[in-house]
Amino acid sequence: MEIKVLGPGCANCKRLYAETEKAVAQVGQPATITKVEAIEAIMAYGILRTPGLVIDEKVVASGRIPGASEIATMITTALAKA
Amino acid sequence: MGLATATPADPAPADTVRGRALRQALLLPLVGAAWWLAYARLAAAASWLTSAALGLSPRDPLGSAVEFFLYEAPKVLMLLTLVVFGVGIVRSFFTPERTRRVLAGRREGIGSVLAALLGVVTPFCSCSAVPLFIGFVTTGVPLGVTFSFLVSAPMVNEIALALLFGLFGWKVAALYAGTGLAIAVVSGLVIGRLHLESWVEPWVYRVKAGVGEPTEEALTWPGRVAAGREAVRDIVGRVWPYVLGGIAVGAGIHGYVPQDFMASFMGREAWWSVPLAVLIGIPLYSNAAGIIPIVQALLGKGAALGTVLAFMMSVIALSLPEMVILRKVLTVRLIAVFVAVVGTGILVVGYLFNFVL
Repeated sequence: MEIKVLGPGCANCKRLYAETEKAVAQVGQPATITKVEAIEAIMAYGILRTPGLVIDEKVVASGRIPGASEIATMITTALAKA
Repeated sequence: MGLATATPADPAPADTVRGRALRQALLLPLVGAAWWLAYARLAAAASWLTSAALGLSPRDPLGSAVEFFLYEAPKVLMLLTLVVFGVGIVRSFFTPERTRRVLAGRREGIGSVLAALLGVVTPFCSCSAVPLFIGFVTTGVPLGVTFSFLVSAPMVNEIALALLFGLFGWKVAALYAGTGLAIAVVSGLVIGRLHLESWVEPWVYRVKAGVGEPTEEALTWPGRVAAGREAVRDIVGRVWPYVLGGIAVGAGIHGYVPQDFMASFMGREAWWSVPLAVLIGIPLYSNAAGIIPIVQALLGKGAALGTVLAFMMSVIALSLPEMVILRKVLTVRLIAVFVAVVGTGILVVGYLFNFVL
């Protein structure tokens, strides 16, 4: 499972990254978390607000920072659909 | 007395949406009433605390400053909380994605007006300025229209309006909103007319910006109330040190600066006070929360309303940090034009107010 955190490096994106790490630890499934900071790469996902959260190339959140448990739910939903 | 023990007749478990909605429908009016009662008592409480509890006379500089602080600080924070909560709920109905869809392909005149109005209610933070700008201009929103949005969003925000309303009354708040919107619309129209698309950084138009599917599910009412509470936690939680700092400075000015001192260089007679105020505002960066209490104290000391409003708008709308952020997508020339157009608008508003009032 590939998770990407989109953001140019402001405090909010760092928080989202931290919450995502917690969520992945909670769920316990192997997943790679990458931080995407280049603006063109971020824009390719079509979001208008940073930070953004992408699971397996699908945008699941933008412009807000879901808590670790909410992210964990998103991860398990994505796993169930895979 | 049945209200205190009332339970929903429906024996549904406590956290169904319906259960939560019912609880909120009961709790919110109570919270609102408590807020109102406390708010009405603030002035009396501040004056009592200063003279009776602390033994200071409001005629002394120190007593005057302390009473100002004790009254204004809780008052401003309470007002801020109320307005941020309300606007948080309103904003749950708007998203930048929806705004973009409304604005894409619009003709410039009506587009600029819509963009300015939507800028007020669409959630916006300056870290999102770049993705938002790119996302707008690459999907058919004209450049001028995008600028109208970019001017009104930070400047005509709920924090500024809440504070202006609380400190100066609804007329000043309405004037600020109206002139702010006018500046946004006119700036967008002017920039659109100048056809400066070539002054956007060239790589922006080459970006293959995907148009993301809307990721929001329809919100229920408890979801909207949660959005309001989240907004309060986020905004008031971040901003309160600035508010207290601004009020402390304001208290100092209120207590210690002689009456009419400001009139000498911020008063209406000094024609250069308005441009000076705009220039000083550019390198300063403050959210509205910090600057407005200072503004109130300045006004109380004889500064002219137009000069002070120009200063405020300049600090908020022409912020150096935001321009540094936008440098990624705009050439320096375009930023200069942006500053010139908006700055001129603010100047005009400043002079107008000084002249008319």
